[in-house]
Amino acid sequence: MTDMPSQTAAPRWLGLWPAAMLTLFFLAPFGIMLAVSVAHRDVSGFYEWGFEWDSYARFLSVFFAKVMAVSLSVSLAAAAICVLLGFPFTVFLSAMGHTAQTRILVVLLSVLALSEVIIGFSLSTLLSQTAGIGNLFHWLGLIPEPRAYTPSLFALIAGLCYIGFPFAVLVLYPPVSRLDPELIEAARVMGASGPRAFFGVIIPNLRGAIVGAFILVFVFTLGSYLLPQLLGRSEHWTLSVHITDQAIYQSNLPFAAAMSVFLMLVALALVGLASLAGRERGAA
Amino acid sequence: MTTLRIEGLSKLFGTFKALDDVSLEIPDGKFVCLLGPSGCGKTTLLRVIAGLETPSAGRVFVGGADQTLVPTHKRGMGMVFQSLALFPHLDVADNITYPLAIRGVDKATRRARAEELLDLVRLPGLGARRVHQLSGGQRQRVAIARGLSINPQVFLLDEPLSALDASLREHMQIELRQIQQSLGVTTVVVTHDQKEALTMADLVIVMKDGVIQQAGAPMEIYHNPANAFVAGFIGTTNLLPCEINAGAISVLGHSLAAADGDRIAVSRGPASLSVRPEHVLLGAPEEGLRAEVTFVRDLGESRHVLMRAGDQDITAHLPPGGALRVAPGDTVGVSFRPGERVVVQ
Amino acid sequence: MTRTLKTTYVLIILALLLAPLVVVAAVSLNGPQTLRFPPVEPSSRWYGELFRQSEWLVPLRNSLVIAACAAALSVVIALPLALYVWQRRGVAAKALTGMGLAPFALPPVISALGFMIFWMTLGGYGQIYATIISHGVFLVTLPLVTISLGLKGIDPLLIEAARVMGGGRWVVFRTVILPLLIPYMVSGYAFAFVLSLNEYIIAYMVAGFTVETLPIKIFNALRYGYTPILAVVSVIFAGLSALIFGLIGRFGNLPRLLGAERITRD
Repeated sequence: MTDMPSQTAAPRWLGLWPAAMLTLFFLAPFGIMLAVSVAHRDVSGFYEWGFEWDSYARFLSVFFAKVMAVSLSVSLAAAAICVLLGFPFTVFLSAMGHTAQTRILVVLLSVLALSEVIIGFSLSTLLSQTAGIGNLFHWLGLIPEPRAYTPSLFALIAGLCYIGFPFAVLVLYPPVSRLDPELIEAARVMGASGPRAFFGVIIPNLRGAIVGAFILVFVFTLGSYLLPQLLGRSEHWTLSVHITDQAIYQSNLPFAAAMSVFLMLVALALVGLASLAGRERGAA
Repeated sequence: MTTLRIEGLSKLFGTFKALDDVSLEIPDGKFVCLLGPSGCGKTTLLRVIAGLETPSAGRVFVGGADQTLVPTHKRGMGMVFQSLALFPHLDVADNITYPLAIRGVDKATRRARAEELLDLVRLPGLGARRVHQLSGGQRQRVAIARGLSINPQVFLLDEPLSALDASLREHMQIELRQIQQSLGVTTVVVTHDQKEALTMADLVIVMKDGVIQQAGAPMEIYHNPANAFVAGFIGTTNLLPCEINAGAISVLGHSLAAADGDRIAVSRGPASLSVRPEHVLLGAPEEGLRAEVTFVRDLGESRHVLMRAGDQDITAHLPPGGALRVAPGDTVGVSFRPGERVVVQ
Repeated sequence: MTRTLKTTYVLIILALLLAPLVVVAAVSLNGPQTLRFPPVEPSSRWYGELFRQSEWLVPLRNSLVIAACAAALSVVIALPLALYVWQRRGVAAKALTGMGLAPFALPPVISALGFMIFWMTLGGYGQIYATIISHGVFLVTLPLVTISLGLKGIDPLLIEAARVMGGGRWVVFRTVILPLLIPYMVSGYAFAFVLSLNEYIIAYMVAGFTVETLPIKIFNALRYGYTPILAVVSVIFAGLSALIFGLIGRFGNLPRLLGAERITRD
């Protein structure tokens, strides 16, 4: 049987409105950005339409290689930590009762929704000399003088983990909670200890979901813009910070656009990989 | 000797009493069905035996050893789950020998064992298949093979056939029983299907509200139910309110003298009379209880006559080809075959 | 691992997640203009201060107006999109779903720059409506996901039954589909509202210098030194998010909204 439009609950024309809105306000901006990325930079502040690869050529410098390397490795580290901590967390969470799950999900969502500004501010307060853990460690006698732990690479990765962790858990939550609990019980009855069932049954069955979550958290933290400025030093600036910097403070829109296109390609490739990893299990 | 003994088992979920002081003993090599409506505690009892639930009170002994506090994975049980719980990341052979792999058995032995078990469940040569490539019935067999791979002390099955369609289910009941008999493994099956229990079991345990109502051989339970619930749950029956007085059964205004073979568990006072439909006899209106025929169902192999007597419904199953012709609206005389009448509380 | 150990693990992580917020909440109670922990001369004066200083009130109002309108816009786009895609397979349906999900899967700075250049080209750069439309389009993903989930839960037999009983397409939509979808629309709206409230980079790049939202204001204020009023705003924001998600959790099925579908046992 074919999809007869008369059989569906929604008429065909209904798709026109969202299609128009998304084309106008989502596809068009991307198209313009693409065009700007090959436009000629006008030093006075704007750009002239044209076609040249100059902005892309600027990537081929040691400086931007470094920026890219820092961006990627900081995000990779954060994504790895988030998934490592988040996976067991999600497994335990999904085994809890409905009320407990709801409460913990509210906390996670609230943290996830928090503005990066607020997270940056909170963490820099927590890591500061006057109000934070430096104070606590001093009080406990661990260090002789209260000290600040920010700005530093540690503070930046802590911040990225803070925004990445709830995201990792929420990405892992559907596949983990859909895993048949009888699979684990079966492994237990057949003689598997708790850790053995975890590593031998839960992890192999969710490998795709774990890889997918890792990539999505990676992309998510890659886009972080404020935390590198609030918690890191200038050498820790990520591509996102440089894009904004070029667009607003250096008034070099073509270069900013070229960097965005590049970041988008990286992100799209990774998201594609993530959905492939997710599908691998869907076929089973 | 793997006798399974349960002593004074209770299990509370919050304030809900899933099991209430359950005791029973299952002799070595027997096939037992835990039978009851949903929520009767049968699955909880099975899960306590498997070690998946910790009882609130009571003990579980397997082969004389107290297993109550032994963790699940050290009990050496075989189990088939309701969802089957076959591992999608392993092939059929690896699923079947998973318990052996856990115990460090080498690969060659495992492969040999997998083939042996696949032969047993009549799936020879399917070891390399993926679980999702199998049909429902094949998955069922793989789950059974997996449960048996370590020659378990006790083999547990939780509603194992509920996902199959009716004809395949009947077939698997017979096959499961044959496999169990050839291996002689002590087996406990949870089911809500009384026909399934009657087909397979040496011993049927009927449960309701966390309490064992009756335990006994299938035919003993069928012919001699301990109470009205068991009588109604096993097979079909006519349950009529009656009054016992000095050995006589008074039902719907008629007094019947107890005959040899009638099982009357009540000495006097109000009770229930249970008569299987095949033991309801029809005759001329003056030959018994007067009843009006409301419906006749002819199934070829037998004829079912539905009747109304007073405020009670009565069903009779008549053998085919009987001389008696009845139609809705007719008045008939109903009597109950002497020796087949059961009176319970 | 035992149950206790698992619970301990979960609780430790939750404590780590809440630790910065607890410190910020405590810091917001400092009497003098300082960020000390534990607070000195505890008072709640900065909470009053927030609502007296117009430099904070204006961004607060901007943020609320943008979030309320943008979330409404995202629902208005997502509802027909979800309805259209539901029961349809084909290139058009796939492309629409992809466009609806894409903004959220990409690093937001990309969309932000795209919107910025777009509004610069068209005019509208620096206007509040530009921020509203940008947020509305960017956040379409959230109501799209929740409404699609709601549609997936509707038994097709219900619709067939309504049709057999004489309901035309519009009547079926109004009397059967819409009432079943409303909880999902509300939670989609709430998700989008909270995220718009907290969003920084798009608001900043589209109209950051003229239409200040609270996150932008906080970031600007951070450059001139920390004051307890920042902590107050953070506390209010975190509290508001928790309140909205708490309400969704209280009146809706949050685990199911987030994709849990546990097989139930008798």
